[in-house]
Amino acid sequence: MKDEVQTPEDRAAGLKGMGCSRKRVEDVRFTQGKGNYVDDIKLDGMLFGDFVRSPYAHARVKSINSEEAMKVPGVVAVITAADLEPLGLHWMPTLAGDKQMVLADGKVLFQGQEVAFVVAEDRYAAADAVELVEVEYEELPVIVDPFEALKSDVVLREDTVDENGKATDGAHGPRNHPNHIFTWEAGEEAETNAVIDSAEVVAEETMYYHRTHPCPLETCGSVASMDKVTGKLTLWGTFQAPHAIRTVVSLISGIAEHNIRVISPDIGGGFGNKVGAYSGYVCSVVASIVTGRPVKWIEDRMENLMTTAFARDYWMKGKISATKEGKITGLHCHVTADHGGFDACADPTKFPAGFMNICTGSYDIPTAYLAVDGVYTNKAPGGVSYRCSFRVTEAVYFIERMIEVLAIKLNMDAAELRRINFIKKEQFPYQSALGWEYDSGDYHTAWDKAMKAVDYDGLRAEQAQRVEDFKAGKTRSLMGIGLSFFTEIVGAGPVKNCDILGLGMFDSCEIRIHPTGSAIARLGTISQGQGHATTFSQIIASEIGIPADDITLEEGDTDTAPYGLGTYGSRSTPVAGAATAMAARKIRAKAQMIAAYLLEVHDDDVEFDVDRFVVKGAPERFKTMKEIAFAAYNQAIPGIEPGLEAVSYYDPPNMTYPFGAYVCVMDIDVDTGVPDIRRFYALDDCGTRINPMIIEGQVHGGLTEALAVALGQEIAYDEMGNVKTGTLMDFFLPTAWEVPNYETDYTVTPSPHHPIGAKGVGESPHVGGVPCFSNAVQDAFRAFGLTHTNMPHDHWRIWKTANDLGLHD
Amino acid sequence: MIPSGFEYHRPADVAGALSILQEHGDDARVIAGGHSLIPMMKLRMADVDHLIDLQDIDALKGISIGTDEVTIGAMVTQHELIENDALAQAVPIIREAALVIADPQVRYVGTIGGNVANGDPGNDMPGLMQCLDARFELVGPDGTREVPAREFYEAAYFTAREDEEILTKVIIPVPAAGTGQAYEKQKRKIGDYATAASGVMIQTEGGVCTAASIAMTNLADTPIWCEAASDALVGSDLGDVACKAAVAAAIDAIEPVADNRGPVEFKKHVAGVILRRAIDRAIARASN
Repeated sequence: MKDEVQTPEDRAAGLKGMGCSRKRVEDVRFTQGKGNYVDDIKLDGMLFGDFVRSPYAHARVKSINSEEAMKVPGVVAVITAADLEPLGLHWMPTLAGDKQMVLADGKVLFQGQEVAFVVAEDRYAAADAVELVEVEYEELPVIVDPFEALKSDVVLREDTVDENGKATDGAHGPRNHPNHIFTWEAGEEAETNAVIDSAEVVAEETMYYHRTHPCPLETCGSVASMDKVTGKLTLWGTFQAPHAIRTVVSLISGIAEHNIRVISPDIGGGFGNKVGAYSGYVCSVVASIVTGRPVKWIEDRMENLMTTAFARDYWMKGKISATKEGKITGLHCHVTADHGGFDACADPTKFPAGFMNICTGSYDIPTAYLAVDGVYTNKAPGGVSYRCSFRVTEAVYFIERMIEVLAIKLNMDAAELRRINFIKKEQFPYQSALGWEYDSGDYHTAWDKAMKAVDYDGLRAEQAQRVEDFKAGKTRSLMGIGLSFFTEIVGAGPVKNCDILGLGMFDSCEIRIHPTGSAIARLGTISQGQGHATTFSQIIASEIGIPADDITLEEGDTDTAPYGLGTYGSRSTPVAGAATAMAARKIRAKAQMIAAYLLEVHDDDVEFDVDRFVVKGAPERFKTMKEIAFAAYNQAIPGIEPGLEAVSYYDPPNMTYPFGAYVCVMDIDVDTGVPDIRRFYALDDCGTRINPMIIEGQVHGGLTEALAVALGQEIAYDEMGNVKTGTLMDFFLPTAWEVPNYETDYTVTPSPHHPIGAKGVGESPHVGGVPCFSNAVQDAFRAFGLTHTNMPHDHWRIWKTANDLGLHD
Repeated sequence: MIPSGFEYHRPADVAGALSILQEHGDDARVIAGGHSLIPMMKLRMADVDHLIDLQDIDALKGISIGTDEVTIGAMVTQHELIENDALAQAVPIIREAALVIADPQVRYVGTIGGNVANGDPGNDMPGLMQCLDARFELVGPDGTREVPAREFYEAAYFTAREDEEILTKVIIPVPAAGTGQAYEKQKRKIGDYATAASGVMIQTEGGVCTAASIAMTNLADTPIWCEAASDALVGSDLGDVACKAAVAAAIDAIEPVADNRGPVEFKKHVAGVILRRAIDRAIARASN
């Protein structure tokens, strides 16, 4: 009877539902070292695979001799493309409609490319044997520059030209050069050119968004176990989309899909790195089929950085036009996209440049045009969405830099320029010139809140004083104020236009309520650290009144979880989160009927109240969800099937459009190029907030990866195609030492089409953070004539900017 | 990232280590903290058939602070250097420098002996030891000898140590009371080697510099102890003219190479800035 004295608020709090900063249930095992990652999987008789990789960026493979390697004690097999060819597995399809060599088929196209797969009793024998595989290479001319690639006579992909050497059509239409992959356009070219040509003010800039890498703490890996007795293949791996992997494995291997079980165990960070299919996955499967034993493949850090899934590498040329008063009239963007040796971008099929056409940003730009040309070079394939929805970081960086460049041209304050061009609250849903329908937003409110929080005018006054002091020789430090306002486009996506390899990008949730009133829920997504087991249980708790602590949440096992497209592009909450709410509502609807039967009233005479159904007008008459659950399993209720469970497959009607306003204050040591981030304010609007603590953690993580990319993190190549940043000594992964204190804030503008109004947040801070850090660096030098300089802003590049501006004279 | 096979030895005393070294010659290497050698082995850039772990040898541990000299066993970790208050009292620059080496996890394991013996130009301790005019004790089959740090480094990874010798101790003269000391380092991130680093010691009397020592790290294939830079300060009032002359002399002496930290022009500029900051801080700390 204790229950009855509780207020509805008390009962709601006990559920730990939406809005509660519930502690992460995952952390109990993670903080005790009890996680279960792919490399923790140990099976009887398990073998280990390791790759022989190309030291050259472009070469013919004349011969492979594994005689000496096979003599190493413990070596079981050395697999080459010649062994895979009879199975049709020497090439595999990429997510972008291209194909990719699993093992070098006559040539290599990037440094580190997989040439042979050594299988041995242990890792040590495999590593020794890798050294002894003799590969004879004939070096070919190396192209690391996409503009050169489009002019060169050197054909990188001989499989994509006809007998006359002419480029055959690609997955996205005609190609104009053998090294050209696609042209993708959005918007109106002629109209945009006309607007820009007749504009009062036009600003132009070319910017390079450098190549970088998601670099999750756990590298990629897999364990394949082919049971020759049952014919069943079990594949554990670092998969952000386990169900899609199952379908792909079935399609390329010919193994019936019901005979394949794919399991994503705990994953130590993905950030897009674990969306694609890699040679290691295929080779571990083949090796297990060949040997009849489980085969594990785990890449090391250098292999991960050099070969699996780079991000960015976009050369972006922009023109933006405006009236003299600063009202933007048109935007033109052309991108030359360096995709490396194979087009392995992980984008929805119809979007070879992802959602780059969100590049009109948060602004009401009436006319716009975007064209993207994809190009082959002798670099690693990838082009994944590193902590962002598809190519959205590139788009937001582009527009947030163009705004700054336009502000310089107009001699206007960049905050004011943003304010007068924001899409207004009453314009939502807003149709953008490049084809999107923004669901909801209140940009002015967010911006004004941010400006007030940081005392923007005060900061500008301080900065002006600093410039004066610098000019007077009183200081060698400059101050930069970085601004960014971003709109993300996440939650891919509506099946009508979003698919990957023909698989619609819906997602799913199945909920089963147990007789005692606890529950298990399974989703088609897979957490890589986002805390799904915590937050999705909170959605269910609020929707059906079962405490979040009484709900087990599982993902990642294709034999048990419903089909879904996985976790990336901030799609879990917008799509699977919606499916979770919808499945919960199905259960609630059935619970209502059961409650009505138990209370001997009509279905419509009971109403849901936190954790129970009460008779309308008679609150003392109720049935709790616990009671209803038990009844579902022990009472014969006329017209109602026993049990209490539901599954929902959710096809979102639209994307969601989270947004935010960020401000970074930075001091820059002009003489050493060392930046010091004094302050970072981040306001995020991700719609309805499920767990504020997890949101804050996501914002911290995303901002830290933004800081990394803006201030030094890159995959750099020399002219021979050698990777110069293949270790964590040179590839910048920030630690607590380099990270400032972040101030987080929020507004709430729910998504009108999402069942609980949530929009997704995991990637927003990265998307908005990169231009904010970069703008801070660039803003510091605005008073000295800088218009634009490319990232990453490491010490020497900042120093060079100062040097080029004559600040060391 | 898996090394090729090797035999692991763990002798209990220096004599035991020496006899294994003698037996295997070039095929053997001693290992202290291992933070340089193990990555090289994992990359298969160092091929070591016999690895001699020194961690059980008590004679290589411990810090002893005398009136004139400080003696530090080769196996003393960076962390122990930082934690030792008496050492910080006697030679404060050691704590300052050790705190900018790598990160706490590495400093728990990385040793002063390994840091100075490996001959890696990126290491901070070699330059610091040159600044302090330290000596290294080497024990070999022919007995014990001492080599001044300023004469120890020949080229990257090449030192005056013979293959069959073990570096056992670092002996540091205690700087005169009132010596201003400063170690300044610019790096891209925690755990990084220096873009430029500099150790400076300055003694003054009545506003005049009576002695100075200036060393630079990771700006050539060996640490650079620059006598000309010191000379530019000695006898001066340590004013701007003298400091600029010292910086100019040091920049003349370094030979940085371009890497991911930046081109030569940048490194020379930053080296000058970092050195000047170290000089200014050492002056501010000097008394008398």
